[in-house]
Amino acid sequence: MKPLKPWIASGAPWIWLQAAAVALSLVLVFGVIFLLATRGLAHFWPAPVEEWVVAEDGGEQRVLVGQLHRSERVDAERLREAGVTFPESERRVLRHLLKTGNRDLTGQDFTWVLDREIRSRARPDNLLVLDRTRWGDFYGRLAGIREDGILLPPADNPWGELDQRLERVQGLRARIDELERGEVGSVNYRLERLRLEELSLRQGLAPGEAVSRDALAKIEAERSELQAAFDGFSAELGTLYAEIGRDRLLMTAGGTEVEIPLGEVVDAWRPNTMTWREGLVHYFGRIWAFVSEPPREANTAGGIFPAIFGTVLMVLLMSVFVTPLGVLAAVYLHEYATQGWLTRLVRISVHNLAGVPSIVYGVFGLGFFVYVVGGGIDRLFFDEALPSPTFGSGGLFWASLTLALLTMPVVIVSTEEGLSRIPRALREGSLALGATRWETLWRTILPMASPGILTGVILAVARAAGEVAPLMLVGVVKMAPALPLDGDFPFLHLDRKFMHLGFHIYDVGFQSPNVEAARPLVYATALLLVLITLLLNLAAIGMRNRLRERYRSLEAQ
Amino acid sequence: MKNHPLARLPAEHRQTERIQALRGRKDRAARWIITIGGIGVVAAMLLILAYLVWVVLPLFGGAGASVEVLGQRPAWDGGTRHLAIDERGDLALRFDDQGGVDAFRLPGLESIERLRLPLAEGRRITAIAADLHSQGFLAAGLDDGQVLLLRHDFERLPGRPGVARDVVTELTFPYGEAPRHFARTAIDHLAVSERDGRLLVAALAGRRLGVEAGTSRTDFLTGETLLDSQFQGVDLEFPPAGLAVDGNHRWVYVGDDGGRLHRFDLPGLEPSGVLALGEAPLTAVAGLLGGVSVVAGDASGRVFQAFPVRGDDGAFELRLIREFEGMGAPVTDLLPELRRRGFVAVSDAGRVGVYHSTAGRKVLEQPLPVSDAKALAFAPRAEQLLAVGGDGAVARLLIDNPHPEATVSTLWRKTWYENYDEPRHIWQSTAANVDFEPKFSLAPLALGTLKAALFAMLFAVPLALMGATYTAVFMAPELRRKVKPAVELMAALPTVILGFLAGLWLAPFIEQHLAGLFAMLLVLPLGLLLFAFAWTHTPFRRHAPWSRGWEPVVLVPVIVALMALSLWLAEPLELWFFGRDLREWLGQVAGVGYDQRNAIVVGIAMGISVVPLIFSIAEDALHAVPTSLSDGSLALGATRWQSLLWIVLPTASPGIFSGLMIGLGRAVGETMIVLMATGNTPLMSWNPFEGMRTLSANIAIEMPESSVAGTHFRVLFLSALVLFVFTFIVNTVAEVVRQRLRRRYASL
Repeated sequence: MKPLKPWIASGAPWIWLQAAAVALSLVLVFGVIFLLATRGLAHFWPAPVEEWVVAEDGGEQRVLVGQLHRSERVDAERLREAGVTFPESERRVLRHLLKTGNRDLTGQDFTWVLDREIRSRARPDNLLVLDRTRWGDFYGRLAGIREDGILLPPADNPWGELDQRLERVQGLRARIDELERGEVGSVNYRLERLRLEELSLRQGLAPGEAVSRDALAKIEAERSELQAAFDGFSAELGTLYAEIGRDRLLMTAGGTEVEIPLGEVVDAWRPNTMTWREGLVHYFGRIWAFVSEPPREANTAGGIFPAIFGTVLMVLLMSVFVTPLGVLAAVYLHEYATQGWLTRLVRISVHNLAGVPSIVYGVFGLGFFVYVVGGGIDRLFFDEALPSPTFGSGGLFWASLTLALLTMPVVIVSTEEGLSRIPRALREGSLALGATRWETLWRTILPMASPGILTGVILAVARAAGEVAPLMLVGVVKMAPALPLDGDFPFLHLDRKFMHLGFHIYDVGFQSPNVEAARPLVYATALLLVLITLLLNLAAIGMRNRLRERYRSLEAQ
Repeated sequence: MKNHPLARLPAEHRQTERIQALRGRKDRAARWIITIGGIGVVAAMLLILAYLVWVVLPLFGGAGASVEVLGQRPAWDGGTRHLAIDERGDLALRFDDQGGVDAFRLPGLESIERLRLPLAEGRRITAIAADLHSQGFLAAGLDDGQVLLLRHDFERLPGRPGVARDVVTELTFPYGEAPRHFARTAIDHLAVSERDGRLLVAALAGRRLGVEAGTSRTDFLTGETLLDSQFQGVDLEFPPAGLAVDGNHRWVYVGDDGGRLHRFDLPGLEPSGVLALGEAPLTAVAGLLGGVSVVAGDASGRVFQAFPVRGDDGAFELRLIREFEGMGAPVTDLLPELRRRGFVAVSDAGRVGVYHSTAGRKVLEQPLPVSDAKALAFAPRAEQLLAVGGDGAVARLLIDNPHPEATVSTLWRKTWYENYDEPRHIWQSTAANVDFEPKFSLAPLALGTLKAALFAMLFAVPLALMGATYTAVFMAPELRRKVKPAVELMAALPTVILGFLAGLWLAPFIEQHLAGLFAMLLVLPLGLLLFAFAWTHTPFRRHAPWSRGWEPVVLVPVIVALMALSLWLAEPLELWFFGRDLREWLGQVAGVGYDQRNAIVVGIAMGISVVPLIFSIAEDALHAVPTSLSDGSLALGATRWQSLLWIVLPTASPGIFSGLMIGLGRAVGETMIVLMATGNTPLMSWNPFEGMRTLSANIAIEMPESSVAGTHFRVLFLSALVLFVFTFIVNTVAEVVRQRLRRRYASL
């Protein structure tokens, strides 16, 4: 141990500890991303369905069918307190959480199984997983198919038969969705607008004056036309529903026979027979469904498309506000304002606004935008709809405006940085050639500062995409009935509430009735959000580097 | 020569002039637009502060009142016994001592109708008491010792505005039209309470205290109310002055002429305690909203509040809670508000004082607009106080008292709330029941905010500063170019994701591996140093191409391995030190509460979000220290470590400080992480194993439900303002320090 003392005296241990801090930070960053990626992506893989024979010591044997969700070692003492009995010798017990599905039969999706109670594990080929529109997943065996109540004779290839019928049902369901979400929703929306139109006609009257008959007749004609369309759709929906209810699956699970309407089945697969190629196809199919479909069952199943759509639309709208205004403010501060103590003070304030907690912006957005401005707009223009608010409650418009305010400092700082990197000589050269200040700005300075501006906007977008706290106050909801952009005039519905990826994570992870079942989806959503923000940030970093390269070459000349 | 350029000059010159003028106009327009736009944007951003202040100010704006004399109804001289105002404040009732009831409009005093109570010939009403919790329910005491129970209500007939009879007064007698016998002499004081199907009527007649208590139910066939009740009476040993009943029907309170408040148990009316308030005779006693507090006024003008407090033996003891600023003249009447814990006191000198019990203050004092007031009534929202004088004059006080419960003291100091055994800091803004006492103490929220920030800083500061120092000073430049953006990417992780991981993954993980976490604190540094020593002294290292500046790369796998080792070692260590599971030991031996979502979880999660901020700023500052300085010190024989400690760190310290400040600002205002990783219980505790509720999370939780412009709404705005100002100051300090540092470097 001779070299120990001088080694310590040299301070080298400290340097190593510092190096360890860097290493630990890196482990944390990549650990978080790794955790999200493994948990989020693993969920979509068609995991094998197992059949377990389980028996307590001296107890009866039970058969459980399901997918292994996770395993953990727990303190034996705590289990004993919970009333589980097993030998005193064990201190830590391995237990598994098995996803057994079939919530309609057993009332629960998951079952804890102690490892020591498992008697046998098997993966029979004929186990089937059904993804359903209600009651979560179903695990069981196919016993037969009923068409219009009549049991079909056993087919040579029951799986082919099932796939064929499933395809038909999927087609029917797509048409039903299209009708319900698209056309019927649109008719309802137009009917509501007609009602409001009529109301505003009546409200605008002086006492004793009657509504003009022409106007009323016009509204009435339009209404009956819409009503006819509505009735048509209803009739079509009725036949579609009858069609989709034709087939029923006869399934066996846990010794009981159940009938499941095929109309409720979204997808069916047999993971135990899948080759890796089929598995991959299924895997990417499910990922695609996740990003392209709306959520089901109180957000605990299905996809997240409305949340992606809402996030993107809100962020786009926000950049429309923040880019010109931020650049305007930065150009003023840097190019036009007299550089005195006041400007310095304002600049420091603007920089510091970037550090003000986002929830404060949310409070401001709710109080000022929604209640004061929105309430005012409602009283002026949407009087007929009161007391139900139009702009007087949170919505897309106020959310993007609030976030624009929140990200304004980012854009201003970044643009100013871009402006200050432009060599003085360029400016003076332009002015010396006779260009006015505006021409210098427009033709020379702004184009050269554009990477800085773009960096700022990208950073703002990244920040806005990940921000949740202020949105909770100004218009994000857990389940929006309609997308804020659709085919009905005025197409972009700024007053509508919307869904958001970040809020979706919070809501499903913490407020959902079935957290355990929804957890993998939350990981997947989180992974998507991280990817989006990381990509945007990487883009900003790349842009910043390019900007620096550009001026390095300029300075060299 | 015709084609010579000069020949065309005049025409072109004119054109150039036009273009020049246009360019000039464009330039001026641009200047204006940019100046106005720029100032506008900056102003809009600073508007945030102004708006927050504007919303918060009315909290501390105090109260005002204006007097409105409504007119004179000479027929109403003397005999007014009771007044009541309808919910909307535009209809009122007057009960006189003959059994007559006048319904009239406000403010014009137009009569709607005149009704009569079903009294026997010649009977007079001597006292009327209203039930605070059941609107329109009255007990009228007669001069023969009987009591009549009745309920009044206005029915507005819809769709007939402007028609004379658009309102019908309804008088109903839910317990029958026959008066109930309480005493032999005239009733002097009455108190009544009807709650959850239970009825309590107390009456004082001379020295006789009579009580009827019972349960009522509605017969579902006939719709009749059936009462199953008991009478009880005692003769008091003191001359009584004032009467109140407990809202839960457990006690009756009677004041006496020695400044004492007597309590009697129900249903037996056994005396159960005397509380001395002052020396002067009590002159008025009243129960407040909620039925817990009793306020009393005495002949010297003092005003007190008392309520039962659970003593050490578990029994409730009546305690004097607070004395208010007095009225200066004998108190003649106390009238509680119907929606808040406020009340008014009327004095002999013809003045009226508006009080609030929780805030413990007299909000306002005013001369009463009528002389010899016979009856007073609050509108349900306490925005007007109607009074009828002895000469039949009718006047009202329009009271603007929107936020009596918010004072600096209730917001920040300990306050004694009902049902608590001592003054405390409590945040509990809403509850299901209407007569709930709101508790707006920001102290537990501020403490929670600081606690969360403290634990985050405890985690983040060592990690960030050590990492920044290494990266700036010792790291190989090629590695630095990759590591710095990677750490800064951490800042881009949406906090909702960190919060979600903390709440759903880290919290259960730590709960299971608490010992492992503490083992890491020990194993990680020791193991790292051991490894470092071995690594430095192996011959193998000398052949490695990257000897210095690449240590972190070597250490990444080591750290992961050591973490795993700590988790594995945790169990034996735990057994060895504590003999059992650490969490059990905490609960059973150390007596420390453990929540799954606690301050440690928040510290780690929020620490991760703060690390990149501190790291980035501190690293910039350290990296900018001119190399000539450290080179010089190295040349003079200092080791790398000495050079860092004595030369580089002191030079860059302002930059490091500024990084810490910005990190602190972030930790204080962060919302999603604390929202998701704590239980959000407002506790006054520094225990790292318990959760907290921060100002920001509180806003996120409660803001959507608070009613606009209410006290709760404004208090939430106040907490937003506190956050704004705090972070703004912290960031400004950081910015100023950083600019100074920049100037210092410029001179070096």
